[in-house]
Amino acid sequence: MNTALSFAMDFGSYAIKGGRMYYAWLLFLAFFILVGSYTAYIQFTQGLIVTGATDQVTLEAFFANFVFTAHVAAAAVLVVAPGYFYHRKDMKELAVMGEIVAMVFVATGITFVLFHMGRPDRTWHIIPGIGFMNFPNSMLAYDTIVLNVYLLLNLIGVSYILFKKYVGTFHEKQLAIWFRPIVFLAIAWGPLIHIVTAFVLASNARVGMWATAVLPFAFLTMAGASGPALVVLIFLLARKYTRLEIGDPVIDLMTTIIAWSLGILMLVFAAEFFTLLYPSTEHADSLKYNMFGHNGLNMYVPWFWGTIGALVASFVALLFRKVRHSYDRLLPMVCFVVFFAILIEKPMILVFPAFSPTPLGEYAEYHVTLIEFFNVLFVWALGFLFLTLILKGAIGILTGEVSHEKASASS
Amino acid sequence: MSKEKIKESNEADDLQQGRREFLKNVCASSVAALVAAPASAEAAVDPANPDADVTVAEFFQGHFILMSDEEKKQAIARLEKRYSAQYGKKTTVSDVPAPEGVLFGYALDISKCIGCRRCVHACVKENNQSRHDPEVQWIQVMKMPKGNISFTTEQLDKGYPEQSEFGDYGVQVGGNAYKTAGFSTEDAQNYYNDDLVPDKDFFYVPVQCQQCEKPPCVKACPVRATFRDHAGVVLIDYNWCIGCRMCQLACPYHARRFNWGEPNLPAEEMNPKTHYFGNRPRMRGVMEKCTFCVQRTREGRNPACLEACPVGARKFGNLLDPESDVRRVLATKRVFRFKEEYGTYPKFFYYIG
Repeated sequence: MNTALSFAMDFGSYAIKGGRMYYAWLLFLAFFILVGSYTAYIQFTQGLIVTGATDQVTLEAFFANFVFTAHVAAAAVLVVAPGYFYHRKDMKELAVMGEIVAMVFVATGITFVLFHMGRPDRTWHIIPGIGFMNFPNSMLAYDTIVLNVYLLLNLIGVSYILFKKYVGTFHEKQLAIWFRPIVFLAIAWGPLIHIVTAFVLASNARVGMWATAVLPFAFLTMAGASGPALVVLIFLLARKYTRLEIGDPVIDLMTTIIAWSLGILMLVFAAEFFTLLYPSTEHADSLKYNMFGHNGLNMYVPWFWGTIGALVASFVALLFRKVRHSYDRLLPMVCFVVFFAILIEKPMILVFPAFSPTPLGEYAEYHVTLIEFFNVLFVWALGFLFLTLILKGAIGILTGEVSHEKASASS
Repeated sequence: MSKEKIKESNEADDLQQGRREFLKNVCASSVAALVAAPASAEAAVDPANPDADVTVAEFFQGHFILMSDEEKKQAIARLEKRYSAQYGKKTTVSDVPAPEGVLFGYALDISKCIGCRRCVHACVKENNQSRHDPEVQWIQVMKMPKGNISFTTEQLDKGYPEQSEFGDYGVQVGGNAYKTAGFSTEDAQNYYNDDLVPDKDFFYVPVQCQQCEKPPCVKACPVRATFRDHAGVVLIDYNWCIGCRMCQLACPYHARRFNWGEPNLPAEEMNPKTHYFGNRPRMRGVMEKCTFCVQRTREGRNPACLEACPVGARKFGNLLDPESDVRRVLATKRVFRFKEEYGTYPKFFYYIG
């Protein structure tokens, strides 16, 4: 018990220590959490009427962002898998970083879903036993299960690895018998949360843009691009500002994954657009609205071409060796663009335009309100705050700066 | 002078007496108040923020269908008390079950409908929808252009591709007949605001919940807050709905409406005769939709929209009874279902009379 306590204490005190830039970053996040607490209060007392959602466009920015968090959470397995499947030693060392990203992003996604709900106070209605879960019919019931299990798997994995490394007994022979199965289950579970999230959307036959078999593939490729893009940024920052050693081959592997995920994404988009646009039946209406507008409603048009352009440009850029190896300038820039392009793709291509035309032929634009925008930033700020603190503490343990030995030696 | 003094002192005595009695009464009544407090506390409802007065018991109540008879009785009593206090009139919340051996069906004659929207407003009045900011309407009337679009000779060689040795001008975009005509949602006007109806170039199609036999909304609901009763009507337990809007996503008829904010229902316009699954006042953050006026039809009456229709375009009845209006329509008219390609098998039929 004492060890666990000192683990938590050492982990926490290392996580909140840092340079001026580190505190500036935390303060930056704290600002949005402060403002967001107020806007969240407004939303929870007045209802979703303070968001831009309507009966015509019923999913708001929260749901769009939730899909994106599922992207990143699922893709974190790409950091874990090379170590455990292909026995890459350098990746195995860093596997815990990927699991932390997965854990925090799933939690962020669940928070987004709570913001999406009209009655978050009734969430308990879905818990079997005290409530009623419509299993196996409702896709949201599946999603609830897979997300929470994924969160739990990663929580167990992360705490176990970090604690074992902290006490210094993280060796093959000293690991619990359940540890490896849990890691492998988590690796398999990553794509699973994503496929199920795609099915939550694809199960709605009336939304033509989603009722397509390529949706899970589009999701997985976008996950393969956005997740590693964030991981590359984290790794580049970590090796620049901390003593954590991350070799170039690790970064290169991640970059390759981003590049070819984007490559396959190009094919998925092409397949989807061709299948819709060549026959140009009513199923293509949403896409045409997204691409060219409809009777003067053309708010999504620049977002569509901008996002697609950014994704294509990033793919082409990553084909150049010079860009891939420009670790301090071009590569982080490209990763930043990929991350944000896929984040923007969610509301502006996947979610909002898909609702027009409605079943009764209406076209509608979605305008995100200020309160909604700050609530989105609130959840993101919370997510990134936890991500920063947990990653910082984990780096302390991985570099050996935080360990049980040191703690007991100093006391 | 002395007389006056005596009178004064008498008055003072009276006052004294009065004060004593007053105090006695206060003590007695406050004891009574204390005893009665738990009961009356629930009745004190602040109309500005009715959500704050939802009792703990209501918050923790389970799905109505799964409750025991005793729990149902208590839930109904709680609601009646709350609504009565909130709207200042005696409100009844019924839980009359659906009649046995009945399958409700609806038929609507699109050749008769004149697009007056009396059904829309009768529905709002009957079913206690929010009246402003926004007004929630369960029926939406589509105004569709008839087939009389203008074909012109100038238009003959217009469109893309412009020229072809086959003469097939405009086979891709913008040819002479490149317009919608007849039953199509593509050019339907949902917010027409005409001084006079019907407009002679248009026909009208009212859409409300189609009470599907295979409802995609029921399948999508993660907590079974929405379900189909044995008379074939899809209902919602407003106290069980978690507001996730998966049903709204699944519905191919745009039939479901969400309470994005606290519904605004003025007390004087509130219909106090309600049903638990029907027209009882809703709360913020839950879904609602047409129930075929469950509070009326379970008691053998017709839905409000049917009663309001001035041209008799609406027919309602028991699909199991060959003598019912609906069955007679099905047997003798040209009937179709809206969006039947979705395989939802609505029990709401359109016909051309």
